[in-house]
Order: sequence, then structure tokens, then C-alpha cells
Amino acid sequence: MSSDLYATPEHEAFRETVRKFTEEQMRPRARDFDAAGRIDKSLFKQMGDLGMLGLRYDPAYGGSGLDWSFSAVMHEELGRSDNAGATLAISVHTEMATPSLAQFGSDDLKRAYLAPAIAGDTVSAIAVTEPDAGSDVAGIKTRAVRDGSDWVIDGSKIYITNAANADWLCLLAVTDPDAGYGGFSQIIVPTDTPGVRYDLLDKIGNWGSDTGQFYFEGVRVPVANTIGEVGRGFQQQMMQFQDERLVACITALSAMELLWDETKKWTDERVLFGKPLSKMQNTQFKMAELWVQMQAARELNLSAVRRLVDGKDATTLITAAKVFTVGVCMRVASECMQLHGGYGYMKESMAGRAFVDTRLGGIGGGSDETMLQYLAKQLGF
Amino acid sequence: MKVMVCLKQVPHQDAKLDINSDGTWIQEDNIKFEINSYDTYALEEALRIKDADADTEVVVVSIGPDRVTQALRTALGMGADRAVHVNDAEAFGSDALCVAKVLAAVAKAESPDLIFTGLMTDDGNSSAVPPMLAELIDVPSATGVLHTEAANGSLKVERELEGGAIEVVELPKPCLASIQTGANQVRYASLKGIMQAKKKPIDVKTAADLGVSDVASKATIDKVYSPPKNATADILSGSTDEIVSGLMGKIKELGVL
Repeated sequence: MSSDLYATPEHEAFRETVRKFTEEQMRPRARDFDAAGRIDKSLFKQMGDLGMLGLRYDPAYGGSGLDWSFSAVMHEELGRSDNAGATLAISVHTEMATPSLAQFGSDDLKRAYLAPAIAGDTVSAIAVTEPDAGSDVAGIKTRAVRDGSDWVIDGSKIYITNAANADWLCLLAVTDPDAGYGGFSQIIVPTDTPGVRYDLLDKIGNWGSDTGQFYFEGVRVPVANTIGEVGRGFQQQMMQFQDERLVACITALSAMELLWDETKKWTDERVLFGKPLSKMQNTQFKMAELWVQMQAARELNLSAVRRLVDGKDATTLITAAKVFTVGVCMRVASECMQLHGGYGYMKESMAGRAFVDTRLGGIGGGSDETMLQYLAKQLGF
Repeated sequence: MKVMVCLKQVPHQDAKLDINSDGTWIQEDNIKFEINSYDTYALEEALRIKDADADTEVVVVSIGPDRVTQALRTALGMGADRAVHVNDAEAFGSDALCVAKVLAAVAKAESPDLIFTGLMTDDGNSSAVPPMLAELIDVPSATGVLHTEAANGSLKVERELEGGAIEVVELPKPCLASIQTGANQVRYASLKGIMQAKKKPIDVKTAADLGVSDVASKATIDKVYSPPKNATADILSGSTDEIVSGLMGKIKELGVL
């Protein structure tokens, strides 16, 4: 099914570039990123030089003006970095914090923030979730009050990926508390603005990404930093979430395909009761079943990519993929950990790390429950 | 200046290799291929000359079936200017001398100032083609090259010798150098380069087009097989002295020394 999506020699050549980059620049340093709690920021510059950070964006700002099929190729390969946190950090920059700016931002704003982000000179983060509002986005409290030509921002954002590496945030704030869904705006906030500070958070997985809580106290940024129209932030953010969810499905699945391969090798080498684990029917049934599940998830992901490439709305399929694919990934991680036995419970084991890394999939970018509720609505309930 | 770089497309280093049904080569269906790793260093060395001198033209040449187009596209994406693809069933997979004859015909047509190749190929491992090619076109050559420095009329190279020694040789142009792995940091094909490569020409030729005949392999592969697994491993235990003594006894017993 994927052959028609990735049909051109350019797809194949780009895949080769990203695969080599992942194998040479990321995998050998995967555990170093874990130890540091973040990826080496210079990787963004390397990726920018290779054209990886603005695939779908306007060439006027340094992008390549391509479609989602190239993004899918890139994230399939980055997902094999053996570091879910590192993959997450990159995808936040490319698919979660910059799409709204690219689609709705003014020319000045795009020249000031999008062009350096595409070049890899700056790193971005998305700041929506708050201590009391996650999947319930409309419940956020961070307030931006207009004062002349500035916004003055007060509030807090939590579980922000790229907290330490980010140069600017795509922040969702309440700009008119009486306007309902028309009372939110997306605002670019440089992280070195006076009044912005953060603390890093200690997660159970995704150790290679720097996740933090931001605090905003009297933070002044120009109203010109508003992405799109004032009051359209909620709607724009909902659109931006679609890219976020799809990329989460793609990277998690390719990481699990790698884990499945590694687990198969392990079961060939691991001898139990006089024969390799791979020769036991229980192992074969489990691995075969996981393979089927992964194929189904892959096809669902690709069907969403295909709709985007065709210029159609893919919200329903992306929502379905978000529920199904991350569920498959959690199951693959859990079963592969089981097949690894005691070693699977070690932090150094790919299976053990996958067990904690994939668990985020059912929570981040919209919880399973939120997705199912939304999907049911789409299906006419 | 014109630099010709010879590339071979070989099975990807991560490909799972199975022997084909008649046991004479690997099963090539459904595996990924890539540019021979040694050749990537040769290409990078050529591209660095181009980086320093924009007038330099880098021409990549490969022999093989349709799939070789992908390797050539990658090379063009990395910065080569154009490609020659010898798509000829007899020449593909032929012996070293026949491959060298075909490449020599390309070299005669192109008249490059420099020819860079990899030191060997990941699949064939013969290292025979580069010196044969140099001989056929009557140019001086150096093998195992770690560093090149192109001057107006010559190419100065540093060759790797046994024991880590380096030999410095200056070759008059035109000449050939086979490049060792690790000679440089090979660049990635950027997306911009990949897109620009769409417009770069790949000239497809047969051996006959090049005026070469009789390129079918004179050598035949009788059998390709994986070494049998030997389950009889002796694990020596005890103190260091006991292990060393036991090992010496085994060596004498087996008559290895």
C-alpha cells in the first residue's frame, strides 16, 4: 500500500539520507541523550542544513514545499533512533510547534521565527497543556492581556517538550475570557523574554527529551507575535494537533518495528529448556500476532497520510490511528519485554525502555479517551 | 578539471542475505541496496575538489541493472554533476578484468583528469578493478589512499601501508586513486541536492555502445555457502596460568603452530 505514496526516487534518496543520519548521528549517541536528558541542540542545525526541518513549508522561508509523504518518510526513519525522547524532541519542532506559524503566521513573523526554525538555528516548543487543563484544551487559564502594542502574559504550562532547548514557544493563551472558543490566541514567546522561567520534570520514560514546566510572570511580547488572527488560537491549535497526532503514530510504530526485529533476533539467540525461544510455539504465535497488528497500524497511518497528500481532511483517520496505533505500540512493547524476560526489565534493554516510552502515546497529544470521544462524535454519536 | 568516480551498488550492510536457489550467489530479490561504502569515500574526495573549485565536473559511473539508478541518484544528490549508467546484463557481475574493461571504455570517452574508486567492494572484496582499470588506460595509480591533494598537473596522495605507516606519492595527471574508508567524513545527500538531482542527466549505455565486446565473466562461481557452525567449543577455566597452559596445550594438540 505504501508503494504509491513513496514512489519516486526522491523519496528513496531522502529516506537513505535520514536513515544514515539516524544511524550515524543519533543511534550511537542515544544513551548519551538519555543521560543528558535532552538531545544535542546542534543536531537541529545539522538537520536544517539537510533540509529536514521544513519539508512542507514555503520555500520563501527555506522550506521545501513538499507534501506529507516526505514528512512520513522522515519520521519513519527518525523513529528508528532507539531514543523515543530524541525523536519526540525533533517532531515537536517540525510537526507540533511550527505548523500553525507556517499556515497562519504573518510574513514578518515567519521571517523572524519560521525561517530560523527551518534552518535549525532555533528550536521551538508547543505550550498548550497546563496543570489543570490537558486534553480539555478549552480549560486553560494562562492569560494574555493587551497593553498597548504588547501582550502581558501570566500563567503556567506543563509537560513541555524541548523546555531547555527551545528558543521560542508557540503558546496558547486566553485573550478574551468571555468569548468562548473565540477567546484564545496563539502567541510566539521567546524563551529569553524577562518573566519566563522553567523547571525540568522527571519522567518515567522518553528520557532523551527535556520536558519542563514553564512559568510566565508579567511576560511582555508584541501583539505582532500573534499567529494568525487574535481569537482564532483554539481553532488553529486543533488543526496543529492533527500533525502532532499523526507524527506520534508514525514514529512510535517505526520504533516498535525496530523493537520487533531486535526481539526476533533475541528469541533466536536466547536458549531456554534446551532450544531457542524462537522455536517455541508461544513465541511464534505472539510475534506473528504482533506483526499482524503492526501491519494494520501501518496501513491506518498511511491511509491518513494519503488523504493529507491528496489534500483531503484526515481528522477522522488520524484520530482513529492515534487510538489504534499507540495501542498496538503499547502491546508490542509489553509483549517484547515479556519475551526478553528479566533483561527486558532493565533500563538498558530496548524493550524495557519501549515499555515506558510507548505509554506516553495513550496520554500525550490527546488522551485515548479524548480521541474516542471525538471519534464517536465524528461517527455520528 | 574532470573527476570520474566509479561506484558499485551493493547489498545494504543490514540486509539479511540468503543464498540463491542454485547456490551460486545471494538472493537479490527483496533486499535493499546501497552505494559500496568504499566508493562513498571516493565520491566525497571528488566532491571536496569540486567544493574548492566550482569549475570541477564530477561524473559518477556505475555498472548494473535498473536498480543502480537509485545509487546514481543518491550520488547526484550528494553533488555529482552527471552520471553514466552501464546497464548491460553481461557486464553486470562480471569478473574484475571485464568490469575494468567496461570502465576503461567509459574513461576513454570521458577523458577525466582524475579517476577515484573505492579501495574494494563490500561484496566482491577483490580490490582488483582499480589497478586493472589504470593499467588498461595506461595511467599511474595509487591504492589505499587516505588523503588527496590535487594540484595543476598532479595529484599528491597519502597511502596507507602496513603497520600504520603512510607513504606520500605524487602522480602526474591523468591518474587513478583507490580510496580507503575513513579517508574523510562522507556528506549526506541534502533534500535540496536530491531535488536538484532530478534535473541532472544519467546517460544509459550498453557495453556495445561503448565499443566493448566480450564482457561476460570468464570466472564462474561454483558455490556460495555460509561456513558451517561448529558446536564443539572448549571453554577453558581456572587461573590465568591454567588457562594459558591449557590454551598452549590445545594449540600443540591441533598442530596450529
